[in-house]
Amino acid sequence: MRPRKTGKPRITEHDYVAQEFSLPARRSLVYLNLIMAVLVNLMPFDKVILVLRPDFVALTLLYWNIHQPQQAGMGIAFLCGLVMDVVDTSIMGQHAIAYCLMTFFALILHRRLRLFSAFRQIPAVLWILLLGQAMIFLTGILAGTYIPEWYFFLGSVTGALCWPLFVFLLGSFRKQRIEPDEI
Amino acid sequence: MLRGYMHTPPQFFKVGPSPLTRMFFFVLLSVFIMIADSRSDFIAEARRVIGVAISPLQKLAYLPFSLQEKVDQYISDFKLIEEIDHLRREYLTSRHDFFRLQALASENEHLRALLGAARQTEIQTVLAEILYTPRDPFSRKITLGKGSSNGVKPGQVVIDDLGVIGQVTRVFPWTSEVTLITDKNHMVPVQIDRNGLRTVISGAGKNSELELRFLSINTDIREGDLLATSGIGGVYPPGLPVGRVAHIEYDRSHKFARIICVPVAGVDRHRQVLVLIGSVPTPEISDNPESYAPQKNRQTKNHGT
Repeated sequence: MRPRKTGKPRITEHDYVAQEFSLPARRSLVYLNLIMAVLVNLMPFDKVILVLRPDFVALTLLYWNIHQPQQAGMGIAFLCGLVMDVVDTSIMGQHAIAYCLMTFFALILHRRLRLFSAFRQIPAVLWILLLGQAMIFLTGILAGTYIPEWYFFLGSVTGALCWPLFVFLLGSFRKQRIEPDEI
Repeated sequence: MLRGYMHTPPQFFKVGPSPLTRMFFFVLLSVFIMIADSRSDFIAEARRVIGVAISPLQKLAYLPFSLQEKVDQYISDFKLIEEIDHLRREYLTSRHDFFRLQALASENEHLRALLGAARQTEIQTVLAEILYTPRDPFSRKITLGKGSSNGVKPGQVVIDDLGVIGQVTRVFPWTSEVTLITDKNHMVPVQIDRNGLRTVISGAGKNSELELRFLSINTDIREGDLLATSGIGGVYPPGLPVGRVAHIEYDRSHKFARIICVPVAGVDRHRQVLVLIGSVPTPEISDNPESYAPQKNRQTKNHGT
């Protein structure tokens, strides 16, 4: 992760190629990360944190779909959406639809996004997250019984701001797991 | 050979159907599931399965908080804390008796006792902790850490030390879902404490707001009136405080007054609540547990008004 942030374009590409072909993450790692994300989402918090808390499952899905699209994918996103629907006691399919949409944009943009550093990915991540939340918002409104207020969308903003830290965390996690294999 | 090679991409780049088709497939699938969720019980079964599968995760996520509570207890005086905890539980249980007493007193005041005193039933309770409030703060449902293995059943009433919080709508083996009284589709048969007027209160779907929807503009109701459950319909035992009238708006162009109430209970303030078990002559519930509460309440509305 590090050299890509600071290095020149040519080195970046080289590094990117090396990562692409020699270090595919294991699928179990993706599942493990997602389970951890669901766990963090399940933490019972109080008011302010509850409003500001980013959706970690969405962030994890975005990370893996941008960095290792072969290992993640839309089926997993759909399943995660269903699990989050049960967790959030929302209508079945509400989160699933949002996660599928976010995964779609991540898959379309992943080649371009990977050329940027994590900090420059923030705007793209922000609007993808906002789009997902807008989808949840819309389906909720259509189904009735769901009238959020404006600060509903703050979760996406904090999520996007957390993105570099999140990328660093998952990246270091991935490297740790991969290195013994490589040697 | 060459032509075939040109037309079909090499195996290496083949990653299945394009993202767009996959997205359409999954979006259609989720729309289908959404429709099925509101119409049939098949999805409810799937939801139950997933719910059981993630309940260990839920317990695990709660672990740091329960650990923190434990450490807190050890830090301060061990015995004293235990006693306070015991007293708090005692208080929570006894508050319920207190509400019943209050209800009986006001009934006497209104000379209603002559019409037949309310049936005194032994009410059992279960203390449950709130495991999880949904990730977005606007959802009007919470998850409790007690389920059907502890005797919790759909339709039972959940209270805290101040008043009614909601009703159990979905039960898993070790957890259960509670629909709060602030949910838009949730109705409670209530009675104004001051003059005994009976009506039905429903949630507004917003944070800590309830409304009285169908009271005409000449109704005798004032700001500050306490609304308690009337016991009609048999779901809610009588005399549990529900809300207080906060704001009344008379609009001559409408038949009904717009009456906004505030729930008495700390709907989002507590970690521990009481589930009233055996308070209900447990009603036979049709297939869909959620359809139960409004239906029953509609019945009571006809009785009450």
